[in-house]
Amino acid sequence: MTKQYRIPGRGRVNTARRVTFTFDGREFQGYEGDTLASALLANGQHLMGRSFKYHRPRGVVSAGSDEPNALVAVGSGPALQTPNLRATQVEIHDGLVAISQNRFPCLKFDLGAVNTLAAPLLPAGFYYKTFMWPRSFWDKVYEPIIRASAGLGVAPTAPDPDQYAFRYEHCDVLVVGAGPAGLAAALAAGRAGARVIVADETAEAGGWLLSDTTSRIDGKTGAAWAREVVDELNAMPNVRLLTRCTAFNYGPHNMVALNERLTDHLAHPAVGQPKERLWQVRAKEVVLAAGALERPLVFDGNDRPGVMLATAARTYLNRYGVACGRRAIVVTADDAAYRVALDLKDAGVTVAAIADLRPAPDGALVAAAIRAGITVLPNTTIQRAHGLNRVCSVELAQLLPDGSVGKGHQWRADLVLMSGGFTPSVHMFSQSRGKLVFDEELGVYVPGQSAERERSAGACRGVYRLDRVLEDGARAGAEAAAATGFDGSAPQWQTGDLDEPGRGGFAGALPRRGKGLRAMAFVDYQNDVTAKDVKLAVREGFRSIEHIKRYTTTGMATDQGKSSNVNALGIASEALGRPVEKVGLTTFRPPFTPVTFGAFAGHAREFLFDPVRRTAADGWARDRGAVFEDVGLWQRARYFPINGEDMEAAVRRECLATRSAVGIFDASTLGKIEVVGPDAATFMNRMYVNGWTKLAVGRCRYGLLCRENGFVYDDGVVGRVAADRFHVTTTTGGAAGVLNMMEDYLQTEWPDLDVWLTSTSEEWSVIAVQGPLARKVLAPLVDGLDISAEALPHMSMAEGSICGVPMRLFRVSFTGELGFEVNVPSRHGRRIWDAIWAAGEPHGMTPYGTETMHVLRAEKGYIVVGQETDGTATPDDVGCGWAVSKVKKDFVGKRSLALPALKAPDRLQLVGLLTLDPSEVLEEGTQLVARPDEAVPMHKLGHVTSSYFSATLGHSIALAMVAGGRARMGETLYVPVEGRSIPVKVTNPVFYDVEGARLNV
Amino acid sequence: MQKFSALSLARQAIGGHLGWKPQWRSVAPKPAYDIVIVGGGGHGLGTAYYLARQHGLRNIAVIERGWLAGGNTARNTTIIRSNYLFDESSSYYEHSLKLWENLSQELNYNVMFSQRGCLMVAHTVHDVQSFKRHVHANRLNGIDNEWLTAEEAKEFCPPLNISPNIRYPVLGASLQRRAGTARHDAVAWGFARAASDLGVDIIENCEVTGIMRAPTGEVTGINTTRGDIRTGKIGVSVAGHSSVVLGMAGIRLPLQSNPLQALVSEPVKPAFPTIVMSNTIHAYISQSDKGEMVIGAGTDSYVSYTQRGGLHIPAHTLEAICELFPMFRRLRMLRSWGGITDNTPDRSPITAKTSIPGLYVNCGWGTGGFKATPGAANLFAWTIARNEPHPINAPFTIERFRDGVMIDEAAAAAVAH
Repeated sequence: MTKQYRIPGRGRVNTARRVTFTFDGREFQGYEGDTLASALLANGQHLMGRSFKYHRPRGVVSAGSDEPNALVAVGSGPALQTPNLRATQVEIHDGLVAISQNRFPCLKFDLGAVNTLAAPLLPAGFYYKTFMWPRSFWDKVYEPIIRASAGLGVAPTAPDPDQYAFRYEHCDVLVVGAGPAGLAAALAAGRAGARVIVADETAEAGGWLLSDTTSRIDGKTGAAWAREVVDELNAMPNVRLLTRCTAFNYGPHNMVALNERLTDHLAHPAVGQPKERLWQVRAKEVVLAAGALERPLVFDGNDRPGVMLATAARTYLNRYGVACGRRAIVVTADDAAYRVALDLKDAGVTVAAIADLRPAPDGALVAAAIRAGITVLPNTTIQRAHGLNRVCSVELAQLLPDGSVGKGHQWRADLVLMSGGFTPSVHMFSQSRGKLVFDEELGVYVPGQSAERERSAGACRGVYRLDRVLEDGARAGAEAAAATGFDGSAPQWQTGDLDEPGRGGFAGALPRRGKGLRAMAFVDYQNDVTAKDVKLAVREGFRSIEHIKRYTTTGMATDQGKSSNVNALGIASEALGRPVEKVGLTTFRPPFTPVTFGAFAGHAREFLFDPVRRTAADGWARDRGAVFEDVGLWQRARYFPINGEDMEAAVRRECLATRSAVGIFDASTLGKIEVVGPDAATFMNRMYVNGWTKLAVGRCRYGLLCRENGFVYDDGVVGRVAADRFHVTTTTGGAAGVLNMMEDYLQTEWPDLDVWLTSTSEEWSVIAVQGPLARKVLAPLVDGLDISAEALPHMSMAEGSICGVPMRLFRVSFTGELGFEVNVPSRHGRRIWDAIWAAGEPHGMTPYGTETMHVLRAEKGYIVVGQETDGTATPDDVGCGWAVSKVKKDFVGKRSLALPALKAPDRLQLVGLLTLDPSEVLEEGTQLVARPDEAVPMHKLGHVTSSYFSATLGHSIALAMVAGGRARMGETLYVPVEGRSIPVKVTNPVFYDVEGARLNV
Repeated sequence: MQKFSALSLARQAIGGHLGWKPQWRSVAPKPAYDIVIVGGGGHGLGTAYYLARQHGLRNIAVIERGWLAGGNTARNTTIIRSNYLFDESSSYYEHSLKLWENLSQELNYNVMFSQRGCLMVAHTVHDVQSFKRHVHANRLNGIDNEWLTAEEAKEFCPPLNISPNIRYPVLGASLQRRAGTARHDAVAWGFARAASDLGVDIIENCEVTGIMRAPTGEVTGINTTRGDIRTGKIGVSVAGHSSVVLGMAGIRLPLQSNPLQALVSEPVKPAFPTIVMSNTIHAYISQSDKGEMVIGAGTDSYVSYTQRGGLHIPAHTLEAICELFPMFRRLRMLRSWGGITDNTPDRSPITAKTSIPGLYVNCGWGTGGFKATPGAANLFAWTIARNEPHPINAPFTIERFRDGVMIDEAAAAAVAH
């Protein structure tokens, strides 16, 4: 069974190593080196998939990444089964599990194939014209049916356990493709000494040489020559040859992304070995040697399993040792197919006839075929292929002088090989934004003017004969190397027994007899787009090729039109009555072939998804069971539950302890920027709304930063360390943005200012000690520094040391209590934290987290930027109008703040809210209205920004932004929530210690 | 206009579909029109349609530099929703959403508007506060939006990863059930067909090169690559190139054009029931009717007109997709592309008169203009026809940037997809 179609003595598979795999549950055998497609073909299995729309039975068409039909799922289990892989690219290994797709109940008999019967009702774009009545049926009936019948494979349902890796690399010359042109280019560049990377999407370098057994290079077969070149390249330390590695994205400035598949071909990958690696290569020069793709012919039944590209059959024969059938008919418009016929005949396959579309084919290969006794029928087309799950016969017919098609004759065949000539693979060139030009002689688009430092070589620019391909590749490689400073000569080789492919070709739909209203001649196999569909699109006024593509979906399947685009173009050109070069091509979009999402994500998963920033006291907090929250990249202790407390209970306890004794809080995440230089004060004056000139050394000020639009962007306490040095603090989330904004102004607006900005956020650990006993805790630790109310009043700072460690001590408070913030170098942070904790414990010191910090500051009416402000609040809106300097000539936002709209009395202003029920805690984000009984849309007056239960005050408190709020003190407003309205009283936002007496002790 | 229906499809099938006529007339420009709309995307074509349909105007041309709807109409991820924060925005987007709900019937063109809901996922305490504010504000405006716990969100969207052991666990989500997606090309083609049927001239491959004005200032016509066209009213609807076209009349717009990228996976059987947006970790995903996962990436931060961006931007988005939906790691990117978004400082659009009589502009839709297509077209048509804005688009002036009357959805939502 296994050897049914295997031809002894042919192919490069390792017949000593048998491989067992399953397809749709059935066990098959192949050899090491087989692809899934070659192994199935060796077993006589052409049927490998079903099409997207009509569920037509489909066989393999190609032998490479252009395969539109043979899409399978590979792998087993909900996590590993990967849909939509091309059987032509899947390398088999022991235990490989492959499953066909888009069929029910099975591949041979698919109920979905009834769509073929309904095909007359389902032309291109039919869904735009129907499913509109009745309206309600769209969501409930039509769309669910459309969705269920669309899609190809089934997505995995469990998380992918595999690893993916990244690599960034620079090189002098990147060669895309390791066929004859690519190998020649790599060799030339490598010998010249350039750092070279060569990437080829297949498992073995050599490209077409591995399928071509007749040509000779220096007297050797192409494969033997390729082996020698590969060995030489692998021996060069400056060359890296990557196989199973697809260059898929050509970005600006020669940034090319490669996707290397590392384990898919292995039965037992090493544990932890990445499945794929994403390379991002910055190349000084790029050589594109991507080859060419053979075009299918468009005729009725061209999708029957057993109808395939001629050169694919040669690859299966010579690379895998597989004959794709027993009795072949060849239909061609190019000489290359004659060589395929000769090889097949040589391998014992009956070649019933070669039908050539050209009136008088006359090349050497044609003569050779005739000599070999093969029937050659010039001026002949294929009217139709018959068969269901496998082609069984074809009708060949004479092309008449008037262009019509004569009477046909049936020919029995189980294999139909078609060749419409070759299309240069210009995808990467086009992605690079190079300009394509139409080559009249070849009838295809080839690379024209390059946009990058790039050159194309070989078949991808329409150079087909092997001697010219080698010469072209070698020259491109040598030139690329020379352009990077490595001079060398282009190597040369003697070639012999060369074929002359690419002498002919056909684009469009084959001529046929009759109107063919019921014919199914596919242009885009996978998306089931027929020649009629393309014509219909043109008939309906879609005249741009982009419109035709979008209306018919031709070229939009997972092969991205590799085999279909030129034929679609040919049909469109005829229908439009415009020459091909005037119709143009659609844009080639990356990736060249589909790339796994995981390869892009790499190691970024779970806790490696984003860096975690931790403070010096992080471990201490974790040891105490703190619950954390994410703030930017930081993780901050939110509260410290003890004895199973919930957040509410923990926060209540932490608040009371801080207000009555002393609390310790990790404020290290606040952003810190050192602003230094002779013009530091001037710079601060221009950036912040406050005035800084008069701030004495050793004093602090609450700074407010606006954007140009006059709205609050950030805030923080700023200490003046010296006349020319400010210690600026920012919010945790705003740190990077503030520094960027400062640098932006400094570098672009005020380059004359002599100021340096340095982020010191991570240099300082900041330990806040807050509460009436704070001074008692710190005084013994600060190495003789006088921290009395007189020496270090509220809003002042001093430099000194604590426990022998250098310190900047700030007398500041975000709680409304006597407070200090101890800044020490981060490497000492944990030690000082421990020391303060040890000193504080006897005083009843309690650690508190961000939630308690929020409650304590809200009791004092202190705003949090991003909570009270939302990018639309001015300083005055949030009660900080006092901070805005009246005397400064200019600062960021000053112009905007002068606008009438920003001074309007009905702007949202910060107020406090008290609920009538003291235990009712409003939800943050709820809205405020004056008339709760109004129908929607209701007139809204503002919203609740912060809301907590205050243990200190014994009732709930809330901060809100309310239209003209400061003029509404004492008013009752309402908070409509689901099913009811909560009455609230508008109050001063400062709920606790309004005079600030507790700060100044 | 040939009526589209199952019946007409069946009737045409008998004749091999040879009887279908062009869906719109693509014509050469006449020397003069009452109104010329510059830009044949969804917004521009829709504007022409509503001018003809609702304002009884007929002598209208739409001119398009390339092929219809080849710009952002064809490049976006088709998310349609109206749960914006500020009253001005939500009423604009809601106006649009309501038009979407009957657009297929109105145009007799199935635009496949699919109301599968839009989940906006919260990952931080700040997200929760912000999204709840949206929910409450929307509800009082009569716009559906609700808050779901993480578990409820997972019930609505089973692939969602709500494990607490990820870097930014899902804390909850807001859900607008009426939100959805539509087939982007169909919207433009449907408008083109309907407008053409009402007599609007659709002129493709015609690039505007200048704006002609009278000595007194008002517009008198446009110069194009296909000749001059006289007109008294010009409506400009050209997204990323708005600054360029308005610059021809000497108007500077507060716009910055940035590339925005998107991608699709290979098609798979239905595996994703809704739209999920995560502003915090930058993931935007839905599954098209064809089966492709449609994924929006972030904005490239540099200013550009190149319709492409850096690979790190979609890569970053795929990190987020794989984090939230770890079973999709093995799906594969099929196609990726970029468009040029025109971003205003407050990430809200401009649909307004300009300082030049007869010149109107609809732009600044940034990363989220598709959802507004029928609404913006409808209100822009009103503004042009009556030479004054409709109350809904009245706040969306150019002058608001001068006067500081922002509608700052950027501040409200961080992004405005």
